[in-house]
Amino acid sequence: MYDIIIIGAGIIGTSIARELSKYNAKILVLEKENDVSCGTTKANSGIVHAGYDAIPGSLKAKFNVEGALMYEELSKDLEFPYKKNGAFVLSFSEDGLSKLNDLLERGKKNGVKNLSIITGDEVRKIEPNVSSEVKYALYAKDSGIVSPYEMAIAMAENAYSNGVEFKFEEEVIDVKYFGDRFIVLSNFGTYYSKVVVNACGVYSDKINNFISNIKYKITPRKGEYMLLDKEFSYITHTTLFQLPSNMGKGVLVAPTTHNNILVGPTALDVLEKDDVDTTYDGLNKAWNSALLTIPKLPKGGIITQFSGLRAHLDTDDYVIGFSKDSKGLYNLIGIESPGLASSPAISKYAANEIKEYLNLEKKYNFISKRPKIKHVREMNDDELKEAIKENPLYGHIVCRCEVVSEAEIVESIRRFPGAKDLDGVKRRVRAGMGRCQMGFCTPKILEILSKELNISLDEVTKKGKGSELLVGRIKE
Amino acid sequence: MENYNLVIIGGGPAGLAAAISAYDKGEKNILILERENKLGGILNQCIHNGFGLHTFNEELTGPEYAYRFIEEVEKRHIKYMLNTTVINLSKDKEIRALSEDGLLIIKAKAIILACGCRERPRGGINIAGSRCAGIYSAGTAQKLVNIDGFMPGKEVVILGSGDIGLIMARRMVFEGAKVKAVVELLPYSSGLNRNIVQCLNDFNIPLLFSHTVVEIKGKDRVESVIIAEVDERLNPKMDTCEEIKCDTLLLSVGLLPENELARGADVNISRITRGAVVDDSLMTSIDGVFECGNVLHVHDLVDYVSEEAKEAGIKAYEYINSKAKKVYPKTEIETDSLVRYTVPELIINNEDYNPLTIKLRVSNVFKKVRLEVKADDEVIFSKARPVVAPGEMEKIDLKEDQVKKLRSSKHILVYLKKVE
Repeated sequence: MYDIIIIGAGIIGTSIARELSKYNAKILVLEKENDVSCGTTKANSGIVHAGYDAIPGSLKAKFNVEGALMYEELSKDLEFPYKKNGAFVLSFSEDGLSKLNDLLERGKKNGVKNLSIITGDEVRKIEPNVSSEVKYALYAKDSGIVSPYEMAIAMAENAYSNGVEFKFEEEVIDVKYFGDRFIVLSNFGTYYSKVVVNACGVYSDKINNFISNIKYKITPRKGEYMLLDKEFSYITHTTLFQLPSNMGKGVLVAPTTHNNILVGPTALDVLEKDDVDTTYDGLNKAWNSALLTIPKLPKGGIITQFSGLRAHLDTDDYVIGFSKDSKGLYNLIGIESPGLASSPAISKYAANEIKEYLNLEKKYNFISKRPKIKHVREMNDDELKEAIKENPLYGHIVCRCEVVSEAEIVESIRRFPGAKDLDGVKRRVRAGMGRCQMGFCTPKILEILSKELNISLDEVTKKGKGSELLVGRIKE
Repeated sequence: MENYNLVIIGGGPAGLAAAISAYDKGEKNILILERENKLGGILNQCIHNGFGLHTFNEELTGPEYAYRFIEEVEKRHIKYMLNTTVINLSKDKEIRALSEDGLLIIKAKAIILACGCRERPRGGINIAGSRCAGIYSAGTAQKLVNIDGFMPGKEVVILGSGDIGLIMARRMVFEGAKVKAVVELLPYSSGLNRNIVQCLNDFNIPLLFSHTVVEIKGKDRVESVIIAEVDERLNPKMDTCEEIKCDTLLLSVGLLPENELARGADVNISRITRGAVVDDSLMTSIDGVFECGNVLHVHDLVDYVSEEAKEAGIKAYEYINSKAKKVYPKTEIETDSLVRYTVPELIINNEDYNPLTIKLRVSNVFKKVRLEVKADDEVIFSKARPVVAPGEMEKIDLKEDQVKKLRSSKHILVYLKKVE
């Protein structure tokens, strides 16, 4: 019997798990994939929005503004990549100015600081590659960027250090309430708890609808992206949004915390909740739209494409709180942009409500910090010498594009929750994230995974069962 | 910090040949740094034959070809370090390398970059669809099959008719896989003609020109690819889409010189070759830093890599041992639009009139042309070529009197002239 079962190990599930691990409670996280951060969390813009966009009074506005302010400290405690890089909302026409002013006003109402309207020339003084067509921009100095999957991994590792249990590859197929407890049925087992936290992203309607009579419907809304080589990091250091216009919502051009340039996303409602294929039209659309912002965007600089799904609700705001008709079911539904920026505030709020409900006591030995895996690419000469002396595998570079050593890869597998496949390694230590996109390091990482997990080479997968990389031995 | 006269980064065919020639010229203080666990570079996984026809007048496999050079390096007791990755190169020729023994900081009088090239990944050609397992660059598949002994798939489509793609088509068939098609974006192959004959035609593997893969389907593993014909501007005609069932897509869509170290040191890089801009001594924009082999520009035959590297070794030796380092002006070689690039790109205006080779690639398939060099207004070289193609490197061998003219001219133009 658990006090709390959290379903879903994305940024919301892992953040809440960590918040709740500050209290004395028996907590389980159930995740249908083989790792944390496999859904929306791994494929979004990675923007910590300042909070001028959401409608004043909405939950989106409240949590966004509060959440964004928590990033500085959180990223230090948990050592995940975060940077306050500022953002522009660009207007390509003179009449856009009034809309920018509206945004500015909205931001002020939401309590966002450091907002100003600047001219196109002032924009280009800061970012010279921005189109000469840009007339004005809203400048949000406090807008930030974060590596969302690394953040979720950090949250999960820290939650685990504080006693939270995780079970992977367990898809919840039903939730019932019986007597005084929830019965959570997965494809693998049955679990009991006093509280169920529904943090299932695009599937959060499904989990709610198992048990509640207040039904929701999530529409998966696809966003497609392209990522540019670090070589082109000069293109912009500031996040560049376009002011929504009659030409469409527009896409962003933004740096990532690892100095790549991100282009996207599109927005298209899709039918399937696992449809994360990129499309020919979508990629073209995103690219052409981005050209408005940066006319000299180099197409040859693209190293990969991906897409993710937003968990969209028609009401356009979050549903956060205990279900009105199902006692003990804590819902987090419709957490889409600015969901990532909101997540620290959402989890704090949710954990507090759950703590009150269960009457939990504060843990006296909560570990607030989580050390990241030490990266060769961030070490100076003395640190390198020290690291290699301690563990010679730090001297064996496996991924040459991102300069990742065998030591880092091994540790990414040995930690909990650890990497179980190529994509898991990639998200944790960036091996394969670079310009050759695993061309050179695939065979080497396969070998390390096979050794560390004690499985044969042809059992190693890209991203869980069914995605085995090899189909057997060659002819003898 | 350790000191060497000559440090060669990369122990593949280029690095080995450069080391041997520098040594034979008289430079004994050499160190080769190799990131893999043996010398030989990419040749180690190229177990097919066809290497060395020009150099040794016989057909060798990749490992055999490499071994001929490794033997020579061993014979000369040239020092090399394996499992050692250079992570940084500075303008003043300081090298930082990592191995399990620690951090190595080396100061060199001259450096030859011989780091080879890498394959363009899927992302580089913007194919839409699933990001599932079963998509490999051809070279990765080659390593998995030839070195690790594992099959990456059973039903294969290959995009790109570069040499590695063609070689892998045959290799996969040998190992019992079915290769359903080789799909090429351009109306011609960038691979060697002999490979098309020996690797595709002999096995009845269809080669579809002017086609590309527009989408990859499959949830966890590739289930099929959608191919389409492309128009003259290489945009897919979406009404010609056709699905091919397969579990594997191999990509052979271009090789890119691996110039991370050079870039880090602010070496001037050519936008076209993606290799360093070098003068006719193969020296980059940093004094005493040379490039040769596929890191400079992608070669078609390893024999030419060895040849170029030999030259780099000699030039590095001369650089180290020249007393007065006189700086000469350089003339940039210009090209017309039919010539994509030349290596070298710069001609030094000195009095060294030894024979000189200019290498180049053309931008398309052209028939009945003359390859010409104009020095100021005089045509100093003209060679008839019945057919030239981007897949095969062209060479202009200049004799002493031609070199003399070249070195004293202000304008040098390399171009193709169409012959009626």
